[in-house]
This record gives sequence, C-alpha cells and structure tokens, in this order.
Amino acid sequence: MIGRRGTKGAKPVFEFRDIGDPTEPLLVVDDLHTSFRTGRGTVRAVDGVSLTVKAGTTLGIVGESGSGKTVLSRSIMGLLPTRDVIKSGTVHFAGHDLTALEPAQLRQVWGAELSMIFQDPMTALNPVKRIGRQITESLRLHLGMNRAEADATAVELLRSVGIPSPEDRVRWYPFQLSGGMRQRVMIAIALACAPRLVMADEPTTGLDVTVQAQILDLLGELQRERHMAVILVTHDLGVVANRADEIVVMYAGRVVERAPTHTLFANTHMPYTRALMDSIPRLSDPSGVRLQAIAGRPPDLIHPPEGCRFAPRCAYAQDKCRESDPPLRTAGSPDHLFACWFPLVHGTSTAPPAPSSGNGSSSAPPPTSAADTAIDPGAEVQSP
Amino acid sequence: MTKYLIRRFIQLVVVAFIISVLVFLLVHLLPGDPSVTILGPNDTAQNRTILLHQLGLNKPLWNQYTIWLTAVFHGNLGQSYLNHESVTHILATGAPIDIELIVLSQIVAFAVAIPLALVTSRRPNRPLDNVASTGTFGLLAMPPFVIAPIMVAVFAVGLHWFPATGYVPFTKDPAANLHDMVLPALAITAGSIAVYYRLLRSDLISTLQEDFITMARSKGLSNRRIMLRHAFRPSTFSLLAAAGVNIGALLAGTFIVEWLFAISGLGYSLVVSVQQRDYLVVQGISLVVAIAYVFLQFVVDFLFTVVDPRVIRE
Amino acid sequence: MPDDRELGNTRASTQLLTDRIPGQAAVDEMVVSRQSGMLSSDDILVTKPLGALFWFAIGWLGLVVVLAVLAQVLPLPNPNFQNYSAINSPPNIHHLLGTDDLGRDLLSRLIFGARVSLIVGFASVGIGMAIGGTLGLVSGFKGGSLDSMLNAGSFVILAFPAIVAVIAIVAFWGQSLLKITIIIGVGTIPLMFRVVRASSLSFANRDFVIAARTMGAITPRILFREILPNVVPVAVTFGLITVAGVIVLEGSLAFLGLSVALPTPSWGNLIAEGTANGNLSINPYIMLWPAFSMFLLLLSINLIGDRMRLRFDIREGLL
Repeated sequence: MIGRRGTKGAKPVFEFRDIGDPTEPLLVVDDLHTSFRTGRGTVRAVDGVSLTVKAGTTLGIVGESGSGKTVLSRSIMGLLPTRDVIKSGTVHFAGHDLTALEPAQLRQVWGAELSMIFQDPMTALNPVKRIGRQITESLRLHLGMNRAEADATAVELLRSVGIPSPEDRVRWYPFQLSGGMRQRVMIAIALACAPRLVMADEPTTGLDVTVQAQILDLLGELQRERHMAVILVTHDLGVVANRADEIVVMYAGRVVERAPTHTLFANTHMPYTRALMDSIPRLSDPSGVRLQAIAGRPPDLIHPPEGCRFAPRCAYAQDKCRESDPPLRTAGSPDHLFACWFPLVHGTSTAPPAPSSGNGSSSAPPPTSAADTAIDPGAEVQSP
Repeated sequence: MTKYLIRRFIQLVVVAFIISVLVFLLVHLLPGDPSVTILGPNDTAQNRTILLHQLGLNKPLWNQYTIWLTAVFHGNLGQSYLNHESVTHILATGAPIDIELIVLSQIVAFAVAIPLALVTSRRPNRPLDNVASTGTFGLLAMPPFVIAPIMVAVFAVGLHWFPATGYVPFTKDPAANLHDMVLPALAITAGSIAVYYRLLRSDLISTLQEDFITMARSKGLSNRRIMLRHAFRPSTFSLLAAAGVNIGALLAGTFIVEWLFAISGLGYSLVVSVQQRDYLVVQGISLVVAIAYVFLQFVVDFLFTVVDPRVIRE
Repeated sequence: MPDDRELGNTRASTQLLTDRIPGQAAVDEMVVSRQSGMLSSDDILVTKPLGALFWFAIGWLGLVVVLAVLAQVLPLPNPNFQNYSAINSPPNIHHLLGTDDLGRDLLSRLIFGARVSLIVGFASVGIGMAIGGTLGLVSGFKGGSLDSMLNAGSFVILAFPAIVAVIAIVAFWGQSLLKITIIIGVGTIPLMFRVVRASSLSFANRDFVIAARTMGAITPRILFREILPNVVPVAVTFGLITVAGVIVLEGSLAFLGLSVALPTPSWGNLIAEGTANGNLSINPYIMLWPAFSMFLLLLSINLIGDRMRLRFDIREGLL
C-alpha cells in the first residue's frame, strides 16, 4: 500500500495489487502514442508502443537517439507536460492505469513504487542541496519517516550503493563528487523507497567506460536483492546484452523488434537490430576491422516516410517496404515480435533475389531457400 | 569559505581606499572655490588667502588628503562651511531615514516580486504571466519623479490617506513614522519590483527546464515543494546580484522622494549641499555612501556563498 | 559530423549512434526542454512574432524622435514665450495641450523638452559604447594583463555610486547640455566595457573562433569577422536598455534643477514645475503631459530592448 502518512487533508490513498506471481506482468503498456505539437507540425515521438514488464525482471529498450526511447520512458512515468502533448493508450502498473490517475495520485506512485534514474548525473542532482537531503526528501514524503530515521536510512542507502564513509558524504554537495559517485547517489535516491519498477534512462552514458560497468553491476545486484523490475533505456545493445531479460528495439517512435534477449541475439529478424549489433565493437574482431555504421539518418518524425520507416536506410529494402508499413508480427517463436516484410533469418535476408533500385543492390546477400521455409509470410499479425 | 570571505574583505579594503582617493579628488579637483562659498563673492583676496590657510587648503594635495584621511579615521569628517553643523551629525541624523526608506521599499519589492515570479514562471505566456510581465514593464517605465507626484496628487492631495510631506522619527512615534513613509517607500519600490520580478521569473523558467527539476518531480514531490525547495534557490543568483546593485543605487539615490516629500535624509542633504557648494558635506556623504556601497557588495558576496555552495570552491 | 569530443571517445557504438543531425537535434532539444513537465514550449520552440505592442513602441519612439528633430521647423510658439493672457489654460485650439502658470505653450515645451532627453540618452550611451565597447571588445578577446587592469579598474569605478558622482560633477562643473552628456557618457563607459568584454570573452573561446585561429586568421580579421557580429546584438540591446536608464537619470537631475539650466525645458524640469507651487492641483496638465510622455518613452525603449533580447536569445540576467 502506498500513501502519505501524516498527510494533511483528504489526499486520495489507493492500493496497489501485490503481485506475488513473478510471471504476471507488473507493467503493461498498451498502444501508447505521444506526440508534440510544434511550430513545424506534430512530432509523433512515440507511435503505438506496447510492452510488458514482469516483476523483478529487466527490460532493455534500445534505439538510436531520437528513436523515441526517452519520450517513451517519460510517457510511461507520466512525466510529460499536458500542454501541447497529445497522448493516448494505457499504462497499467500493478493493476492501476497510470494514464487515468490524477496528478496528486501520480505523485504518490512516483518515487515510491515507480522511480527513475536519469542520464546525466551532472545535471540531475540539485546543485545547491546536500545529497543527504535529496535522499531523505522522498523517505520523509513517502514513508513518513522523521528526520532522524530518514538521515539514518540515507546513510545506509549510500553505503548500499558503495559510497565510502557515507556518514560524512551525506553532508556533501553534488559538485564535490565524481560522476560515478553522483550516479550512485542517484541510484540511492531512486531506490530509497524500495520501488517495484525503476526506469533507468541511459544511466551510464555520461560516465567513463570503466565506471559504466560498475554502475550497471551495482544496479543489477540491488535489483536482485530487492526484487525490482528495471527498464534499462540505452542506445547501446552491448549494455543490455547480458543484463536484460527481454529487449525492445525502437526505431522512429515504434517498436521494430521485441524478444527475449537470447532469442534476439540468436536469431535477429529486423535488419535494423542487426545493424545495431554490427556497430558494437567486439574484442574478438581482428584489428583493422571497421565497425559497420548505419548509413543515413533517423527519419523526420513530423513527416515519416511511407511504408517501413527504416526502408530508406535498409540494405535489403524492396519496393514493398517503401509502399506499405510492416505490422508487428511473430514467426516461429511466439514471444519474438518484429516489424519487417523480409526478416533476416540467422543472418540472411528473406528478400527476393532481384536487386531493388537504389541502395543495397550490391551489399544485399542472396537469400537462401532455408530462410524462406523458416519464415511463414502469413504469420499471425500482432498489432495493427 | 572563510578563506573566500577574507579574500573578498581584502578586496573591499583596497577598493574602499581607492574610493576615498576618488572622493577626495572629486571634490578637490572640481572647479569652484570654497572661499567664495564661505565669504561670498565680494570679499578681498587677502581674506581669501587667510581663510584657505586656516582651512589647510593651501597645502599640497597629498598632504591635504592624509590630513583628511587621518581625521576620518578619528571619526571627524569636518563641518559644514555654511551652518557649522558637523558632517558626522548630518550623517547620523540622515542615514536612519535612508535606511528605513530602503528597508521598507525592499521588503515590499521582495514581498511582491518573489511570490509573483514563483506563480507565473510555472506557466509562462499564460494570461496571468502576460499580465504580470506587462504590468512590471509599466512599473519599469515609472521612475520616482514620475510616480511620486502622481501618488501625491492621488493619495495625499486627493484622498488625504497619507501626508504629502513630513517626517516623524521612528523612535518618537512609530505609527506616524510608518504612515509618513508609506508613499515615499512605495514610490521607490516600483522599479525594484519590476527588476526583481523579471529577473527571478526568467531564471526560474530556465531552472525549471533543468534535469534536477524533472528528477524532483519523479520523486513525487508536490509542485509547491519543487518550486520552493528545488527551483527557487538556484534561481536567485541574478536576483541577488541585481538587489546588490539596486540597493546600492538607492543609497543616497532616494533623493528624489526625499526632495519631494521634504524628508531630510542623506540624499536630500547631498543635493542641498551640492547646490550650496558645501564641499565638506558633499565629501563626507559621498565617502560614507561609497563605502556603504562597497560593503553592500561584500554582503552580497557573502550571501552568494550561502545560496550557492559551489562559490566557495572557486 | 561527430565533433572532436566524440572522436576522442573510445565507445565506438556511442560514437556511431549518437551522430546527431540538425533536425533530430531540434527534436531532442524540445524533448529535453519539456522534460520538466512544468513548462510550456512557447519560449523555446517558435520565434514569437514581435506583436502589435512592439510596433506601437517603435511608433512612439519614432514620433518623439521626429518631433524633437523637427522642433525648430514645426509651427510651434517659442517654448519660453510667456503669454500672460493665457495662463493655465486647458487644452484648446490655440494651445493643443494647454499652457502653464506663466502662459507658456505646453506642447511646444514638451517637444523641445524631448530633445534634451533624447540627446542626453542616445549621445551619452553613444560615447560610452564607442569608448567602453571598443575597449571591452579588444580587452575581452586579447586577455592578458591589460585586460586584468581594465577589468579591475571598471570594477572600482562601478563600486562608486554613480548618482553621487554625477550630481556632484554636474553641480560643480556646469549644467550645459554638452557637459551633462559628456559626464553621463563617461559614466556609462565602465558599464559598456563590462558587458561587451564579457560577451567578447565568451565568444573568444568558442569553437568557431578557435578554428579561425588555428587556420591562421589574423587578429583584426577574427575580431571584425567572427567576434564583432556576435557581440553587436548584445551591445545594442544593452545599450538600448541603458538609454532608458540614462533618460531616467537626466530626468532625475532635471527634476532637481541640476540638468540643463532653466528656462530651457526638459521633461524632468517640466515635471518638477508641474509639481511645484501647488500646480498639481491648479493645473495638473503641466505635470501630466511630460510624465505621460516619459512613461511611454521608457516603456517603448524597454519593450524594444526586451524584444531584441528575446530575438538574440540573451539571458535577462546578463543585462
């Protein structure tokens, strides 16, 4: 149960279901759309995204900058403003539709049951507040602790995120800490009230490579201890490869592929996901091997291209791809969704051999007959 | 922090010293002859020379300066050539009036500007914000010599709510004193309100776009708490600097309202003594006002360390 | 194109994927600006139209300037001619704005009085800009010991209460229009210096200037081609706001009888006249016209300055 102890007046206090069954989803996002009205037109930043997160598991959301992943995470939280923002779809969290909650009710969820770790620890901590205060704030608000209890808990939290001599550090200001330390503080803040779901929006992008892994390991450790669900938003497939249970790949505001992590890596269907994987440097690569960059740019979200949005950059694009939009569907395994007319199967394209006009004619590998049989083009369509 | 403040204090002493030189030169290098002020234009040349000798004005300039400065350190700023009132006495009677005017006007200015900015910055370009912004533009265009006569005409002459002129010391009759001070204080508060409001509003708007505000929101804090506990303090740097400059300008800068309401504060005395060529009074008031100004900047520097812990590190 | 920061990045995947494009950057920025959720986007996204108020302000400033320039040519009575048969007359066909307690035509005095405000306002800021601005431009760009000295000097001068100095100097030196303009003009030098220096300094370290330097561009060329065009909007905006301040200062001096000597009209001494000798209750027009004109003039200048500030995206705190 959440609610403010010691609240003045009649604040609505409502119950969240305890989800004992780990197979039951904690978060269900259904057909979420978020658009911004701008001077140039309407930007469809999130365009019909559906996903689920089970209690205690990790979902990775991956995409280039501008793919809508940050807006998606804010939309799920309900942190976006109401003015000039058009939203539709539902977000069910532990049995409640967050999109239907009043702002005052949402504030009881934020920080307590659902919290967020921000990308840049340099800017996401208040520069003129002691870090201890920034932690105790939510403890006192959501858990109704008194000052002494909250102070003691803050010290324990700092200790649990691996900050040395936390008794002294609580009195420090953010500028006195290194980037990695600040990100640890931010994790402490996010975890203060033992939330059930933590949204981590590029939590390590601003950090040194060596610190990145430490922070992610710390997060994973705390997640197991506390049985939290985590949504890890990143542009780097490498980050989520061995940390996420399931991965959602986003492109131009849409989910283009969604699968359990091992399935996704074992049999990538969407050429875009493949391209993301190819851009991860590997130690096993012989030196001198060039990383594969994805040519072109993410599309304009005000006037997205006709058909598949990735088609203009896709090495395997056919005429059909430029004409009609591929739906999200399954083939073979039921939990592997993808939006592609000619999916890759074990690294090879199912596109017809005739080279299409324009791009990709030389680089597209010839399809194999095995691929044709593995994918049933008439597979069940999941969402319109 | 102590180190920072000590450094600032040393700077203050140096600047104060330079200012004493400037004040001294200001009065001594200007055209005009104090003997004319004292003896009138028709006295003999011999009498003038005697007088200048008596006043020590025939000595070299640096010598006059050291004599003056030594006297200043002994609390002796000389006396008026005209009525022989000591300058320290003029300062002692005038300064409380200026201080009261400034304190009252600034309390009103902050009490209006801060809540208004906190309310309107949350929703910029909405009707309330537009009204407040336009209104403060209007205030900015009303200097005291425009607004004060209008206030006198309306509230004193027309409605008889407040006296048009006069001053009763606070120690004598606090109620009457405050009653007398309402119009003068309001006349100088208009500009301060406008400046403070506009600065705080624009800084709040940019602070509200910071990540740490979204972070605070994601903790479930109420909007009220976010505004007061997270957004306000980091938005006060420009406000603080502007308040330092503005209050500094009001030191002896209140002369218009003092003049109009016949309140003999320092500003009033300064203008009168300038018009009467009463050198030592001009010198004394200028020095005290300038030193007060520099000290005010020191106080502002100190407040910066309170508001922004990062300052100490620099 | 990845910038040099990204090129030095060992995380290849980051480098490839965060490769920004202009249109995308705009969307990212917008998203970021909306993150607080407590804001509307109007400030950030769309350049606001200048609006009717702005054109009204331009109109009023233009009208005042034109009338002041043409004052000699316009069919106005001598501003100092005392017509004893028409004392304190309300506005009428002969005296469009009425007359004062000495029978002088108020419209004529108002228009001639505007000259003083405008000349002192613009000319003294011009002096301050020419000297302080030039010094600031070079000093901020060059840096070094000269810069430190000038900077410290301007700090000390600004630590001196300007109003006291101006009153004292005007009283002792003389009250001609030229002298007042020079005194106030010299007083604005350190102000202009500081603002232009700060701006010049900030551009001196920008990438495009450093790029120009590394490509071997000579200093005067960088100064005029790269720095000056960027500093000018800040300087002009700040200058305009200072004009309003100077007009207030001159008005205050005139109100005390310390600006141009009587009977030359200026808005400040017209207001003082309208306030003195019970004129306020006998004939409020004497005070009303100049007070209202002054109000509109200051409003116009501040408004134009503010719109320019928004256009050039200069932070309010800077000015």
